[in-house]
Amino acid sequence: MKTRPLAQDKSRFKTLTRRTMMLGGLQAGMVGTLAARMYYLQVLQADKYKVLAEENRINLRLLAPQRGRILDRFGVPLAINQQSYRVVIVAEQAGDIDSTLNAIGTLIPLGENERHRVLREMKRKHSFVPIMVRENLSWEEVARIEVNIPELPGVQIEVGRNRYYPFADRITDVTGYVAPVSEKELTGDPLMELPDFRIGKAGIERAQDLELRGTAGTSQIEVNAFGRVVREINRDEGQPGAEIATTIDMALQDFTMRRLRSEESATCVVIDVVTGEILTMASSPSYDANSFTQGLTNTVWNALNADPHVPLNNKAIQGVYPPGSTFKPVVAMAALDAGLITPDFRATCPGHFTLGNHDYYCWKNKGGGHGTLDLHGGLKNSCDVYFYEVAMKIGVDRVAAMASRLGMGAPTGLDIPNERPGNIPTKAWKLAKYGIKWVDGDTPSIAIGQGYIASTPLQLATMLMRIISNRKIVPHLVRPAGIMEPGKPFDPDLGAKDYPSMGFNPQHIAAVLSGMNAVTNEPGGTAYGARISEAGFEMGGKSGSAQVKQITAAERAAGVKKQDQQPWKDRDHALFIAFAPVGNPRYACAVVVEHGIGGSKAAAPIARDVLRECQRRDPSRRVPPDPMIVADAGPSGPAAPPEKTP
Amino acid sequence: MSIGADRGHTPDLAEKLRSINWGLIFLLSIIAGIGFMVLYSAANGSFDPWASKSMIRYGLSLALLLGVALVDIRFWLKAAYPIYLFGLVLLVLVDLHGRTGLGAQRWIEVGPLSLQPSELAKIGLVMVLAHYFNGRTVEEVGRPQHLIYPLLLLAIPAALVMKQPDLGTAMMLVLSTGGIFFLAGVRLWKFAIAIAAGAGLVPIAFGFMRDYQKKRILTFLNPENDSLGAGYHITQSKIALGSGGMWGKGYLEGTQSHLNFLPEKHTDFIFTMFAEEFGMAGGCVLLGLYALVVAYGVAIGLRCRNHFGRMLALGVTLNFFLYVFINTAMVMGLIPVVGVPLPLISYGGTAMLTLMFGFGLVISVYIHRDVRINRRGESES
Repeated sequence: MKTRPLAQDKSRFKTLTRRTMMLGGLQAGMVGTLAARMYYLQVLQADKYKVLAEENRINLRLLAPQRGRILDRFGVPLAINQQSYRVVIVAEQAGDIDSTLNAIGTLIPLGENERHRVLREMKRKHSFVPIMVRENLSWEEVARIEVNIPELPGVQIEVGRNRYYPFADRITDVTGYVAPVSEKELTGDPLMELPDFRIGKAGIERAQDLELRGTAGTSQIEVNAFGRVVREINRDEGQPGAEIATTIDMALQDFTMRRLRSEESATCVVIDVVTGEILTMASSPSYDANSFTQGLTNTVWNALNADPHVPLNNKAIQGVYPPGSTFKPVVAMAALDAGLITPDFRATCPGHFTLGNHDYYCWKNKGGGHGTLDLHGGLKNSCDVYFYEVAMKIGVDRVAAMASRLGMGAPTGLDIPNERPGNIPTKAWKLAKYGIKWVDGDTPSIAIGQGYIASTPLQLATMLMRIISNRKIVPHLVRPAGIMEPGKPFDPDLGAKDYPSMGFNPQHIAAVLSGMNAVTNEPGGTAYGARISEAGFEMGGKSGSAQVKQITAAERAAGVKKQDQQPWKDRDHALFIAFAPVGNPRYACAVVVEHGIGGSKAAAPIARDVLRECQRRDPSRRVPPDPMIVADAGPSGPAAPPEKTP
Repeated sequence: MSIGADRGHTPDLAEKLRSINWGLIFLLSIIAGIGFMVLYSAANGSFDPWASKSMIRYGLSLALLLGVALVDIRFWLKAAYPIYLFGLVLLVLVDLHGRTGLGAQRWIEVGPLSLQPSELAKIGLVMVLAHYFNGRTVEEVGRPQHLIYPLLLLAIPAALVMKQPDLGTAMMLVLSTGGIFFLAGVRLWKFAIAIAAGAGLVPIAFGFMRDYQKKRILTFLNPENDSLGAGYHITQSKIALGSGGMWGKGYLEGTQSHLNFLPEKHTDFIFTMFAEEFGMAGGCVLLGLYALVVAYGVAIGLRCRNHFGRMLALGVTLNFFLYVFINTAMVMGLIPVVGVPLPLISYGGTAMLTLMFGFGLVISVYIHRDVRINRRGESES
């Protein structure tokens, strides 16, 4: 036993030595293989690889696809791509970056921020990647750089494409805008990492982003030993983004935006009641979509956000207002449709309506009120008491059900994002929200569109459209593709779908529209002063005022009796809904003038002017578009450089 | 046991210092020096960001090597399991909290340092295997049941590394364990069976692979098919190597690497860059230097009088050889692209540190070559 360990160790040492030799032989063979491989690659095949190395260095570049244009219904471009010039710098060719940037700074204005961004990007990116120094050079700036290019090593002028909105702030709420991709929007698609790629952030640009974007092309290029492009081997242009035709009539939109400037803050929507196409969606004040394309400065952003007129909001779909008396046609339809009243239903207005021990006043509470009225008179005079009676007769839930059918209380399904739902109260809603049961005293204010009720201007226009057309039409902004195909006859009704019927009795519709006709066209109607007098263009309508803040007893005591004595932000909103022509309605319109006080005074004249212009332009929508308009790229921008490139 | 030569000998400090293998350290330093040179070139003629840091790391690693070398081999015998277990703990931690790099979770942050625990796992595995075979006779090694335990020692870290997923390191672990089994005297037919079983498992393993790993293997089989996608690495590496020719393009003159056509030129593909600038001649000299280091390690292993020392020195040396072979074979397009660095030259702190730790152990084996250790791991003197 004593000698065993030594003997054992000897035997395993023997094995180990033998195996080490075998392994050593194997390793020698492996090293031999490596040497042979090196001989093969570096001696036998050296010439082939030298050729490859010298001139066949394939580089793959991604080509950003051209973003699709956005057009109005006639092909007038609302969003286009414009050539822009930018100055770039290639680090490895530039030598001393600081002195080169200084030299650029003497030729064109170059901020401290831009310099920092260039230096930061330079650290992150490969030294042969061009880094953008400044975009959107004016023609003069391009010339100044080009002349001095011999003294600017590594500096180049590149041509890129920028999104451009020729109508600046007049259609922004529809088109939306594009902006540089933010970190969290990256999907891993390398296309999105291209320096001049822009993503849609609002409106059509956002809703139709994927269609507008197209697919990236690629360019395989050979680069020589110094990084210069030798030739292009293969080029795949990719797929430019699709053109999106909208339903907008830009001339009418332009007219409306200019018209709205008479007010501090207002919005107007016009819908074709046959097709559901939105011809105009104007919200004023707005903002210039072009300012977002290059990224916004903080000052401008803060100013836009701090503005009490909320220019960043599309008030047509994001402004939520009590509809006021413009809600009365809904109450009337609810009662008629439920069979609880007929158009002959009469109520007597002594100037107030008593429920329990509380009096609800009519807007005309002096001189004995409106007296006895039928539905026609109730709508014409906008008699509150008449609708208090009707609403009490049918109850809040029937009113709410009708409002929902007509498109209120939920987004209408418009094809651009960020539409607000508004609110239509029901008994169940109040119990769930406040834990309090609905009481009879809550109902009268609903009858006149006040209280818990809130809607967007688009919902008001939709409501009117659905009453007129007797169809559950969804308003929309995008026309189906192919509308602008050359040689194809132009169909102005394209986009009309076979929407389901609302199932209203045509006599009920006629009764409501007749009452609305009386509002503008019969002497004594609340908006008679804002009627359209041109034969065949007449409009019907309904005015409304939405209370923002009650004049308190203290204010009354201090002498504030009238709305216009209040600060702007406390005044009532002015609303008006209208349709035209009265004989055979084709257009529905909703106007809200924020804090405009009286619907018939402030909002109705805007509806009148817009609907008159709309009908004046009507024949143009019934003939094929002028191909010249489609071919024309639209008005060019203020900084547009000359055609010739350097 | 009375014959003096067989009694074993424990050296004192003066003897230890005298018997340090300065020749081996010189060889390692020459290779590391070449590494600094190539890193300087990889940064387009600048010490920053790689060469300067690599120099500092080499300095620290060298100090570690000397420290490890002077510690008694019996201490390392006892430390084998703690080091192995520490490596496993770090692997589990990296799985839970690690930093992801290049699609795999491989890094763990310790203060300002980033550690790659899989590197520590490699050295720990060699140590426990050496410890295990120190306690086995040739006859025992011949019996299959004695191989279950060491296979288990391999399986745990290999599974953890696979999970990261780091195919290259897992392959390194399997290959170096196979090599140690071979040296220990495991019968050749068992290897034949293992290889056959491994080949059978390939389709199954393929199913478990990540997409990028599958792509790399398919690309290896036909790189020209996809010269701009996954085959880019191999194609560019071959172009850079081949265009270097016999004598190379000259220091700092490698066009492919300097124009950034060559990817990962400071880490996995650094050999390509070296061979582009110094040609086949330079490449062969470098391989020769590596071969000398391997020969040195083998000589130390065979000179040692305790089995733990022998297995340890040969295991570390084999590991080193595998690093060199896999990396260079990969960049030449002989095997698929796997993430294995070139020892002492590729930029990477943990790899350098564990490698020098390993050679510290080898020198410790040499210094304590005459210490006798019995099968139970006790010294006999």
